[in-house]
Amino acid sequence: MADMASLLIKNGTVLDPSQVFERRVDLFVQDGKITGLGGHLPKADRTIDATGCLVMPGLIDMHVHLREPGDEEEETIASGCAAAVAGGFTGVVCMPNTKPPLDNEGQITFVIREAQQVNLCYVWPTGAITKGREGKELAEMGSMLEQGAIAFTDDGVGVADAAVMRKSLQYARMFDAMIMQHCEEQSLSGGAMNAGLMATKLGLPGIAPEAEELMIARDLLLNRGIGCRYHVQHISTAGAVNLVRQAKRDGQRVTSEATPHHLLLTDECCRTYDTNYKMSPPLRTGADVKAVIDGVKDGTIDVLATDHAPHLAEEKEHEFPYAPNGIIGLECALPLYVKALVEPGHIAWMKLVELMSTRPAQVLGLKKGTLQQGADADIAIIDPQREWTVDPGQFKSKSRNCPFAGWKMKGRVMATVVGGEVKYELAR
Amino acid sequence: MANKSAFRWKRKHLLALEDLTVDEIMHVLSQADAFKEVSTRSVKKVPALRGKVLVNCFFEDSTRTRTSFALAASRLSADVVDFSEKTSSTSKGETLIDTARNIEAMGVDIFVLRHPAAGAAETLSRHVKCSVVNAGDGAHEHPTQGLLDLYTMRERFGKVAGLKVAIVGDIVNSRVARSNIWALTKLGAEVILVGPPTLLPKTFEKLGVKVIHDFDSVIGQVDVINMLRVQFERIKSSQFPTVREFTRFFGLTAERFVRCKKDVFIMHPGPMNRGIEISSAIADGPQSGILTQVANGLAVRMAVLYLVTQAQ
Repeated sequence: MADMASLLIKNGTVLDPSQVFERRVDLFVQDGKITGLGGHLPKADRTIDATGCLVMPGLIDMHVHLREPGDEEEETIASGCAAAVAGGFTGVVCMPNTKPPLDNEGQITFVIREAQQVNLCYVWPTGAITKGREGKELAEMGSMLEQGAIAFTDDGVGVADAAVMRKSLQYARMFDAMIMQHCEEQSLSGGAMNAGLMATKLGLPGIAPEAEELMIARDLLLNRGIGCRYHVQHISTAGAVNLVRQAKRDGQRVTSEATPHHLLLTDECCRTYDTNYKMSPPLRTGADVKAVIDGVKDGTIDVLATDHAPHLAEEKEHEFPYAPNGIIGLECALPLYVKALVEPGHIAWMKLVELMSTRPAQVLGLKKGTLQQGADADIAIIDPQREWTVDPGQFKSKSRNCPFAGWKMKGRVMATVVGGEVKYELAR
Repeated sequence: MANKSAFRWKRKHLLALEDLTVDEIMHVLSQADAFKEVSTRSVKKVPALRGKVLVNCFFEDSTRTRTSFALAASRLSADVVDFSEKTSSTSKGETLIDTARNIEAMGVDIFVLRHPAAGAAETLSRHVKCSVVNAGDGAHEHPTQGLLDLYTMRERFGKVAGLKVAIVGDIVNSRVARSNIWALTKLGAEVILVGPPTLLPKTFEKLGVKVIHDFDSVIGQVDVINMLRVQFERIKSSQFPTVREFTRFFGLTAERFVRCKKDVFIMHPGPMNRGIEISSAIADGPQSGILTQVANGLAVRMAVLYLVTQAQ
């Protein structure tokens, strides 16, 4: 970020949940910081006309798989960051289930350095909780923290052994680091979709909601006397939402995140054995979708993430039980959340931006997610009226595994500014 | 005749019985009636599929189904190619779709697919131009087995509506059970599923059938008992304690058999675990329809192969 030019974003409606601010004002950026908010601002080196657009703090995705190192044919830090800024994200938290996994300080340093070279958006790597993500021995969390790891998770799997999990919570608590859990009791998993009527019809092995709920319940019990920052990743069942809700009422340190697909799709989608509907946790029932939406509305769910999980078309072309889990999400997350939450009137735009920017920044302990004077100029400019059709062929991501192809969307990212620099602009 | 010609078969694939209409099911059965007669001739062949090529694509062991399809095809004068692969395509690195496209490039009219993954036939049907006939996909469906079971029951009782049919044993892993459930309920039979909860979850009730865990409570009321094979290869961890205990509660033993209706009809899709789910004396006895099922399977498969090629 050598020459720090000034930038003026004009005529937009600035939406900042951190100040509960929603007004038609201009926004001035100087030296990578927000220096002015209002009218009659000075001329800048560059001006963006944001007429009809919402100007919001850059989105932060707490759950992304960048696949590098190891699976660069699916995604790289470069392609993943390009997808992120195209989706309005100015920062992403990447998962450690790479090959090799991010389970030591060298790997954390590698990701951060790569991301700096790519220079598109912030990348905050998570480290593995256990060495090799094997659930047996603790990884060097302290050393990884010193190198910039933002939190710890074995994502892709949960920490199965209760004794190891207790130690993880105790050890992370020493640094006040956050443990994020992929909640899935392994002895009950191994299925290909949600257990229930549709799995019964399709003859596919099911994953019961209890697999997710058991691990959350166990972790909440373990953490009760420890008080580690504990985050439930990709929450998907009604029972799981209830457990987190009750734990919050009890004053436990717990946060949780949802994904777009668990708000918009159900296990009925698996009907045609299309592997773009195969993910972990699996798509659940309509009742679960409603419960997750209720969790978003009442604050049980703190953060809206994506679980962006790129896979090669060849791999997704395998038979349903053998295909890998996951779908990509960065480039259509915002309009999907608009469709799931704003259009039906569940939440307002202000709340949406809070859940996609301000709140994830708070949960992660970052001074981000705000447009206050002096804040880092991480900004997303969104045209809420603009309609478009999802075409994964146009995505910046290297992968195409997206079940939303052909969906009609309302709301489009027009530009993304990171550290005062325009990193993405929709081609006109 | 005018009535009969009003119905036109339109399906290029036979993937499952779940979405078949009653008319379609009845049409296959009448077509099978017509072909059954062919087996009684001294020259057991008709030219209906002359010049057509059928590939028997089997990714799982099978004797009876593979032979039945091969024989059905040759009686219709089609050429038959066998493609058997014990391992699933994934382990070789090639996808099923790739394998199928390669075979199709050699000029194929019908794929008969047996595969350990549920949904394999449906997935394949979206990627090839020829017809796909599902010969069993994981625990999903085995539509020709369902049809031949239906055909055999109809032949034995003259009708299917109103029959009480018990399907017993390992339901959750059974594609035969699912195809039977769809076919029988569509035609108005009463279906009673019997097995331990570990092999018969309650969700099956939502398919419009009864779920019973006490075999003896229903054994005297049913017209048909379809004993499923205990699929040891699919059963993951102990879903029942021992074979001995399974037989004690769910086996069709001589002691149980005496409590059956006098004209009870015993069926089994094979291959049988003799002495486990069914005793030999019953399997080979006068009430058994097991070999009739096999014989009817040929006519039903001839009908299916003929109809799907007509719709191409």
